[in-house]
Amino acid sequence: MTETTSDILLLALGSFGILIALTFVGEVLRAREAPGFVNPVLDTYMTRVQSWWGMVAFVGVALLMGKIGVMVLFAFTSFAALREFLTLTTKAQADHMSLALAFFVVLPLQYTFVGMGFDGLYTVFIPVYAFLLLPIVSALRGNADKYLIRVAETQWGLMIAVFCVSHVPALMTIEIDGYADRSVLLIAFLVMVVQFGDLLEYFFGRRIGKTRIAPGLSPKTWEGVLCGVVCAMLIGGLLAWITPFGIWGAMAMAGAASLVGLLGSLVFAAIKRDRGVKDWSHLIPGQGGFVDQLDSVIFAAPIFYHFTKYFYG
Amino acid sequence: MKFLRQFAARIVGQSIRIFARAITAVRADWQGIEPVPKQRVYFANHTSNGDMPMIWSCLPPAIRRTVRPVAAADYWLKNRLRAFVGPEVFNCVLVDRRPEVKDKPMDKIIAALDEGASLIIFPEGNRNMTEDPLLPFKAGLYNMGVARPEVELVPTWVANLNTIMPKGEVIPLPLICTVTFGSPIRVQEGESKDDFLARASDALVALAPEVRS
Repeated sequence: MTETTSDILLLALGSFGILIALTFVGEVLRAREAPGFVNPVLDTYMTRVQSWWGMVAFVGVALLMGKIGVMVLFAFTSFAALREFLTLTTKAQADHMSLALAFFVVLPLQYTFVGMGFDGLYTVFIPVYAFLLLPIVSALRGNADKYLIRVAETQWGLMIAVFCVSHVPALMTIEIDGYADRSVLLIAFLVMVVQFGDLLEYFFGRRIGKTRIAPGLSPKTWEGVLCGVVCAMLIGGLLAWITPFGIWGAMAMAGAASLVGLLGSLVFAAIKRDRGVKDWSHLIPGQGGFVDQLDSVIFAAPIFYHFTKYFYG
Repeated sequence: MKFLRQFAARIVGQSIRIFARAITAVRADWQGIEPVPKQRVYFANHTSNGDMPMIWSCLPPAIRRTVRPVAAADYWLKNRLRAFVGPEVFNCVLVDRRPEVKDKPMDKIIAALDEGASLIIFPEGNRNMTEDPLLPFKAGLYNMGVARPEVELVPTWVANLNTIMPKGEVIPLPLICTVTFGSPIRVQEGESKDDFLARASDALVALAPEVRS
C-alpha cells in the first residue's frame, strides 16, 4: 500500500468516525423523544447525516481508484449540476441544439482535457470556445426572443456546473515539487475544509448569529461566517500533513477556500430566490440537489486551484 | 415463444424506465393522493411523445403492472417495433381515432376499465403545440366518468417534457422532469359535460409548477 492510499484510508476512517458520532447523537436524541412523536428538525438532521454517509463513501472510493475514479465522479456531478441549473434557466426550442451540445459535447470534452492534463485548454475551453460558439448555434435558428437572456443563462450554467466543478479534479494535474502522486489528496483537503466550514457556519450562525449579511436572501450572518472560516482554518491546519502547503499555508488556503465558498453560496441563494424555488432538485434526500450540496465547493474550486498553482506549482 | 416475448417486453420496459430515470431524473410528486394500487384514470397534459413513458416510468411497480395507457393505434401499429413496444411493453389500450371504424374507442376503454385496469389518458387528444397550457379537452374523460363513476379521475401534470423532447428534435435534453399527481375528481350529479371538462382542465393546470424566468 502506498503512502497516498493509506492516507486516503485514514481520512475515510476519520470521516466515518465523525459520521458514527453524528448518527449516534441523532439516535440518542430520537430515543429520548416521546414514542410516536415526530420531530421534523431531528428527522431532517438524520436524513442529512445519511446523505453524508453516501457522499463520504462515494468520494472515498473515487479517491482510492485514483485519477479515473475522480474524473468519473466529478463528470457525473457536473452532469447532475448542469441538469439542475439548466432546468431553471430561460430557453426556447431554438436553443435545443446548443443545450444538447453543452451536455453531450462540451461537458465530456472539458473532462477529457482535464484528464489529459491540457491545462492551457481546459482553462479557456468554456470561457472562450463554448462562450463564442454556442450562441452561434442558437442564433442560427433565427429566434431573437429573449436571446441575450437565453445565451447568458446557458453560459452561466456551463461556467458553474462544468468549468468550476471540473477545477476540483484539475487539482490532480498541478505539478508540485516533492508532492507527485499525492495531489489527489488536495481534493480531499478542499472538499473537507469547505464542507466542514459550511457545517460549522450553520451551527454557529444558529447559536450566536446576529448581523445578517444579505437580509431577504439568506439567513447567513457575519458571526456565523467568521466562525465557519476560523474553524475551516483550524481544520486546514490539522490536515496540513496531507498538503504541500505547510501548517500556516494550509490554514491560509483553507480560510480562503471557505470564505469564497460561504459567500458563493449567497450567489446560489440569490439565483434560487430569483427563480422562486427552495432547492435545486430533490436528488439528495434532506439536502435538495447536487448544487445545494456543493454550492460552496463549486465556488471555491477555481480560486483554490489558481492559488495552489500560483503559490506552490 | 410467448414466454420469450413477455421476457423481452419486461427487459425493454425496465430499460426504458432506467433510461428515463438516468436522463431526466423523473420524479413522482404525489400531492393529492397516495400511490396505492386503486383503480384510477390518470389524465395528463400532452406536449411530447415522451409523456406516456415518463408517467409510466415514475409509477411504483405495483401500479405500473395494472396501468394501461390509452394510445392511438395508427401511431403504435406503424411498424413492427412499435407494435411490440406499444401493446406488449406498455400494455396500451389501442384505439382507432378514424370516425369510419366500427370499433369505437370508448367501448374498448370501458372494457379495459371493467377488466380492472387503471388507465393513462391524454384528454387533449393531440400534442399541445401552442403557448396555452392545455388544449380544450375532448369528451372522453367525461364519458368515462359518467359510465364508471366509481373510478377516480386523477389529474397528472408532466412538467418540462416540451423542452426535453420538443416535436421535431431527435436528441432528448437531460433536464429534470417532475410528474405531479393531484386530488382525484369525479363527475358530480347533474354536472354538464362542459362544466366538468372545464373543472378537470382547471384541476390539471393548477398542478403546473411555477418557475419564474
